[in-house]
Amino acid sequence: MNRYPLWKYIVIGVALLIGVFYTLPNFFAEVPAVQVSTSKSNVKIDASTLQTVEEALKAANVPYRGETVDATGVKVRFADPDTQLKAKDVLQAKLNPDPNNPNYIVALNLLSSSPRWLAKIGALPMYLGLDLRGGVHFLLQVDMKAALDKAADRYTTDIRSLLREKKVIYAGIAREGQNVAVRFRDAGERARAFQEIDKAFPDLQLREIEAGSESRLVANLKPEAQKRIQDGAVQQNITILRNRVNELGVAEPIVQQQGADRVVVQLPGVQDTARAKDILGRTASLEIRMVDDDPTAQQQALSGQIPLGDDLLVERSGQPVLVKRQVVLTGDRINDAQPGFDGRSNEPAVHVNLDGTGARIFKEVTRDNVGKRMAIVLVEKGKAEVITAPVIREEIGGGRVQISGRMNTRESNDIALLMRAGALAAPMEIVEERTVGPSLGKENIEKGFDSVLYGFIALSIFIIAYYELMGVISVISLAVNLLLLIAVLSMLQATLTLPGIAAVALTLGMAIDANVLINERIREELRWGDTPHAAIQAGYERAWNTILDSNVTTLIAGIALLIFGTGPVRGFAVVHCLGIMTSMFSAVFVSRGMVAIVYGGRKKLEKISIGQVWKPAT
Amino acid sequence: MEFFRITRVIPFMKHALVFNVISLVTFVLAVVFLSTRGLNLGVDFRGGTLIEIAYGHSADIGHVRTVIDKMNLGEFAVQSFGSANSALIRLPLKEGLSTAQLSERVMTALKGDDPSATQQRVEFVGPQVGKELYENGALALLLVCIGIVAYLAMRFEWRFAVSAIIANLHDVIIILGFFALFQWEFSLPVLAAVLAVLGYSVNESVVIADRIRENFRKMRKASVPEIINSAITSTLSRTIITHGCTLMMVLSILFFGGETLHYFALALAIGICFGIYSSALVMASLVMWLGVSREDLVRPEKKTGAAGAEKILP
Repeated sequence: MNRYPLWKYIVIGVALLIGVFYTLPNFFAEVPAVQVSTSKSNVKIDASTLQTVEEALKAANVPYRGETVDATGVKVRFADPDTQLKAKDVLQAKLNPDPNNPNYIVALNLLSSSPRWLAKIGALPMYLGLDLRGGVHFLLQVDMKAALDKAADRYTTDIRSLLREKKVIYAGIAREGQNVAVRFRDAGERARAFQEIDKAFPDLQLREIEAGSESRLVANLKPEAQKRIQDGAVQQNITILRNRVNELGVAEPIVQQQGADRVVVQLPGVQDTARAKDILGRTASLEIRMVDDDPTAQQQALSGQIPLGDDLLVERSGQPVLVKRQVVLTGDRINDAQPGFDGRSNEPAVHVNLDGTGARIFKEVTRDNVGKRMAIVLVEKGKAEVITAPVIREEIGGGRVQISGRMNTRESNDIALLMRAGALAAPMEIVEERTVGPSLGKENIEKGFDSVLYGFIALSIFIIAYYELMGVISVISLAVNLLLLIAVLSMLQATLTLPGIAAVALTLGMAIDANVLINERIREELRWGDTPHAAIQAGYERAWNTILDSNVTTLIAGIALLIFGTGPVRGFAVVHCLGIMTSMFSAVFVSRGMVAIVYGGRKKLEKISIGQVWKPAT
Repeated sequence: MEFFRITRVIPFMKHALVFNVISLVTFVLAVVFLSTRGLNLGVDFRGGTLIEIAYGHSADIGHVRTVIDKMNLGEFAVQSFGSANSALIRLPLKEGLSTAQLSERVMTALKGDDPSATQQRVEFVGPQVGKELYENGALALLLVCIGIVAYLAMRFEWRFAVSAIIANLHDVIIILGFFALFQWEFSLPVLAAVLAVLGYSVNESVVIADRIRENFRKMRKASVPEIINSAITSTLSRTIITHGCTLMMVLSILFFGGETLHYFALALAIGICFGIYSSALVMASLVMWLGVSREDLVRPEKKTGAAGAEKILP
């Protein structure tokens, strides 16, 4: 009676073994480390990088404790944070001789000190959420209307140059909301324009409208093109955010799309949150416009009367510049901008690479405006600033532009960076932010751990006092539940948050329900006069139905939270759901196995140690 | 040890009306508090900025208040948080000022005033996100209710499903009533706690419903109230011990889990206490009023089988 088949013991044994192995890495402390990775496609991280790192550290006499190289980069461990900081400086100097054009990202990180063979079988410590390890979480919203406005702006310019090129005579062209309206005096010209535009820009939908004496042609984006532009805008912004994040040197950053128009940025372990916000929050866009060089207009502007169609902006040096409102090129026409030197004069310069349309427009504009100045304008939060306003020396074709003169190397670096970083397809706004300081994260871990520990101790004392040996079995199976839960969380690399730790405590408190149900049921059966063996049998069997039903309802609540929850709440839901599943296994399967070991072998069982079974005196 | 030495079945259902009146009164009170005082929605749902600051010494809340007051940021609140060295600042949403600027300006002002101030935590939620979180929360609650009703209706019977969900939503309303009455902050973790309580209390109702079904099979001569009484009585010790254990864990979170989990644990604690009452007394009496009968639970095919067997057995 109450024997348990061998295969069930084997299942329990295997589960426990896996549980122990995968829980193990969590017990090793984290050690300070430096991680070397790269954001550039032409730079490879391999054994030779590792060798360079080792040599640099040896040369600088910085002791290190072990190094690995994998897909994410080279990781070197150190004994203490001071050595870690020293090593970071050494490696930074060695690997990135030119700090303005870094090939490598050298970041501080914490690595588990668990032995390598554990990592080999995929046993890694749980992934800690930002509220436990400290860091920054941002949710950014991409302004889709602005993206479409910008596209309409671009089409306005494109249609203008197309009509000029094809020598179609038009009276005027302007953007009206997200439409582009072209006015004609002659219906025949309009028909010709219709054909040309339709052929050149298949993404546009054209309508002919008669308004009084004028005939108009209104173009707007087709819905599928709109969607493509919006998707593209989000993708481009993500790319730019990634580059900016790399600038920060964060070990494991996350930049991901969320929903149709949002981007999540998570920077674990970032200490300088102000700088992170500053770099990410740079919602800049870049525009190239012509400078209004008319002396009378400039005079007027300085006296406060800004001519129509002009803006009075300020150059970085503080000098006022009168700039035309019409945008020649927007930042998304710029493929790349790199600092360098002029081939002839050897002066510092910025090399700008334009895309096809950009190159064509630039060629026309420079041809018509030799000798005039052109302003590169950075628009940040509605505030425009002129980065530089070089003079156009000659017609520039082919899309390779060089800006030089009156700048030093630092300035050329700055300008290149601003031009690259300014190429956001659409402005973004931070709609959610959660920042947790590293000390608070550590405190949260301690508090969470304490609440699980003390709760578990109190519960164990009570259950053992109340149910005696059966109580001990219940507590052991609860401990197995905890072990398996942590193992599963580590295995799935689920993110553990503070509410997640609370969920561990709560799940343990709820999981004991199954054992209480079983024990109470056994007592009840004994009360009715069953033999101990029959009571155990009946207790487990009858309780199982109830346990299943009650756990399913709890699971329903957990799953709803998983679907609708975000951030820390999702962390709660993950732990809650997994905990319910592991509890069913441990409370029923494992505890039954233990009961079978303790009582199963005895043929004649007089008494079960389950505390006092009080019988009513009839 | 044996706490529960119950000699006879306690006639709970005799007093069903009294329990229902008590429930109704607490429920109405909770609704009144909710409608008059409303929930003190946290930054998560209302939008706004929350900054936690730690000082090297004990924080002078009044002084922090004057420093921020000078910045003219609208209706803000400063309170101590956790230890004496910490201060929590809540700022409302402000047009045209992004979070990055806002929290940085506050930090610069406070650091200028006292260099030992360090920023521990910033939470900013924009108006759109806040509204979405609110809607998602309501949707989650709805989904849980539908899921539970469907499952119970399938496993038991519609009367149990309806009674269980009413009894347990009444718990939820009472928890919310407490939050409205004391104006405790209602945040995302509290919502998680409320939903967890809903699942947990239903689990309680399931245990009793299970016993009622079993009793219908075993006690063939008993009346419906007798069967329910017996079910509640026989599960009473288990109910109280389980809830006691869960409560131990929750109190451990409440005492050791720190300020961040305070209201989360509080919501759970209230929910667990009311969960016992509502499952045992509210749900069971509702099932009785709805007119549950033996035929509803004991499936006919089983019944004929059992009846056939009865004749053969001595």
